[in-house]
Amino acid sequence: MRRYLGLLFTYRSREGTVAWLFHRISGLAIWAFLVLHVLDIYLVGDNPGAYDDILRFYASPVGRVLEVLLGAALLYHALNGLRIVIIDLWPSMAQYHKVLWRASWVIFILLGLPGAAIILLPLYRDSLTSLLHTLGIN
Amino acid sequence: MQVDLRILRYDPERDKKPHWETYRVESAPMDRVLDVLNAVKWEKDGTLTYRRSCAHGVCGSDAMLINGRNRLACKIRVDQLGKKISVAPLPGFAVIKDLVVDMEDFFAKYRSVHPYQIDERPMPVTERLQSPEDRARYDDTTKCILCAACTSSCPSFWAKDTYVGPAAIVQAHRFIFDTRDEGSDERLEILADADGVWRCRTIFNCTEACPRGIDITRAILEVSSAIVERSV
Repeated sequence: MRRYLGLLFTYRSREGTVAWLFHRISGLAIWAFLVLHVLDIYLVGDNPGAYDDILRFYASPVGRVLEVLLGAALLYHALNGLRIVIIDLWPSMAQYHKVLWRASWVIFILLGLPGAAIILLPLYRDSLTSLLHTLGIN
Repeated sequence: MQVDLRILRYDPERDKKPHWETYRVESAPMDRVLDVLNAVKWEKDGTLTYRRSCAHGVCGSDAMLINGRNRLACKIRVDQLGKKISVAPLPGFAVIKDLVVDMEDFFAKYRSVHPYQIDERPMPVTERLQSPEDRARYDDTTKCILCAACTSSCPSFWAKDTYVGPAAIVQAHRFIFDTRDEGSDERLEILADADGVWRCRTIFNCTEACPRGIDITRAILEVSSAIVERSV
């Protein structure tokens, strides 16, 4: 494993390796969340108090930031997955793999930023309301 | 101009593990890294060991890790790399001495895909004709020089050295899509193995490393598509 990681991080790779690494990392993050999700749903019947505590944590500022990261992992994994499907189904698209990767980042930002803004809204709702009020927008 | 050439040296009779040695060499911008290596070997340290033959990017003997990427020493120019150049043996292979790696397993995998024309039909009186379109189908993979830059840059190969590797798949592709060949089924059968094409993770290191500009990932995916189509 040490030899493998040494080769992976010392070889001067390009977009393809970064895309694959992010895909693996986001996949692991999604898997970890699924395990957590199974556990917290299990608590509904076994220990409702603990379940409520977990929900309160999810709604806390730290919980919401983690939720944004989960959303980012899901979105990246889905978009890069589509990129791989396209290349797999049409091998001639392999020559455009970098273009497809950049396009997936554009979609990631276009969908991800509004999504993050909605998830984090409770954290800045008051400031936003007073700012809109100051600007005369209700 | 003066170039500092860092070389990962290893002599199994003297060293416990590889170590870096730096040599300052006089070089011209249009020199190839192979010229710089020759300057070290011929003028500074005759014990330096590396493979080279044609010195013109055809034989594929001098693929090595140059400034962090697999390249041919006889092809990459000094002015493309700068005044500090590092050279190490191909990653993922056992080192025999200095920049020479053990390629026995690499060539065993090459042989495993039957990289020759299989045709049991009676020998024709004239040559077997092929349309330009049919020839173009596998043109890209005829360019392979078996330098191993692709296989040695593949993280799937680093993780599991039983993976047949991009180079062998490229060689198989060259015959699988040749209309004059009758051995496609047996090659696809070999490459449908767990250590065949399915280990490719579309990382594209192989395509980036190929000194011949072969679209290797595309070739691998075309072979995997052929396996799927054959089994449907």
